Amino acid sequence: MKLSHLARLAALSMLIVASSWLSACHQSESTPWQLTDISGHMPDLSFRLTDDQGKTVTAADYRGKVALLYFGYTHCPDVCPLTLAQLHVVLQKLGPLADGVRILFVSVDPTRDTPAVLHDYVAAFDPRAVGLTGSPSDIEALTKRYRAAFTREPGKADGSYDVSHSSGIYVFDNTGKARLLATPTDPQDKLVHDLHLLLSPGHAP
Amino acid sequence: MKWQSLLASFAIGLIPAGAVHAAQADHVTASHAWIRLLPAKLPAAGYVTLQNAGSSAATLVSAHSAVYASVMLHESDVESGGMNGMHAVNQLAISATGKAMLAPAGYHLMLEQPDRVLKPGDKVEITLDFADRSHLPVQFAVRPANTADPN
Repeated sequence: MKLSHLARLAALSMLIVASSWLSACHQSESTPWQLTDISGHMPDLSFRLTDDQGKTVTAADYRGKVALLYFGYTHCPDVCPLTLAQLHVVLQKLGPLADGVRILFVSVDPTRDTPAVLHDYVAAFDPRAVGLTGSPSDIEALTKRYRAAFTREPGKADGSYDVSHSSGIYVFDNTGKARLLATPTDPQDKLVHDLHLLLSPGHAP
Repeated sequence: MKWQSLLASFAIGLIPAGAVHAAQADHVTASHAWIRLLPAKLPAAGYVTLQNAGSSAATLVSAHSAVYASVMLHESDVESGGMNGMHAVNQLAISATGKAMLAPAGYHLMLEQPDRVLKPGDKVEITLDFADRSHLPVQFAVRPANTADPN
């Protein structure tokens, strides 16, 4: 996806500018983040979807929590479960701080992913994971909001089909502001580091 | 009728004889075989490390199991920060004295339609089929969905 390149470029150029300023006076103090900083580049968290209990929820229901937004689907046996298993490990490493985090797993396959299917699925990974589904148009609106494309591959003879989707994890702070973008290839410790920072009182701006 | 059954027993008898002569599977050892179990009967992924001790390549062409109606060799396409998807793979060569890893976010066996609800701790036998029609039965350990480091 072009987004991460753009974001990385933006982050990198900011870093270069910042470091050239700073070298004049103070040393160090560049960006505190280890992941890609998307502050100001992505809109605030906003949606109206159905959670895995069948309840209508909006982004406001998760204010006060750091939200990890990830698009996937349950008929994805490899990368989606790997990502969720890694997020589970990240939350374990955060200890009690992880209570301030919610994993929002948004299905890009709402036809098959009913609240009941999603409920069993997310529960198998982490108690702080929430499954979200909705109408195809609501899901599409959310993916477009974060430029997270997905495509449904041509169906197979037995009626099954595959879904390609963006693999990024969007990190929102507890006020719903977009802050960071992680990819499944980023080392877990970067996410642990940045979440720690984001969850600590008086964290870096 | 008698002749038919006689021919059938010949045919059955010949298959193992053929396998003895051309046995890629005999040179391949499997380790770290596990299945990431997903709830209900959702498709799951099977992973295994294959080591070829032979002096020629062994080529994995398919796999089958009595437990899963469908076992397919797949590869995930993961781009850093980009799209990810999956595609079917026709064959996977393990070079002479080489190794092939079926591991998360890469090659895996896509396992569909289990005949029963599995649980962590179960063992499932999956047979790997090689290009020369030799076979390697492997016991896969069933592990929980949120397993991060299985080994």
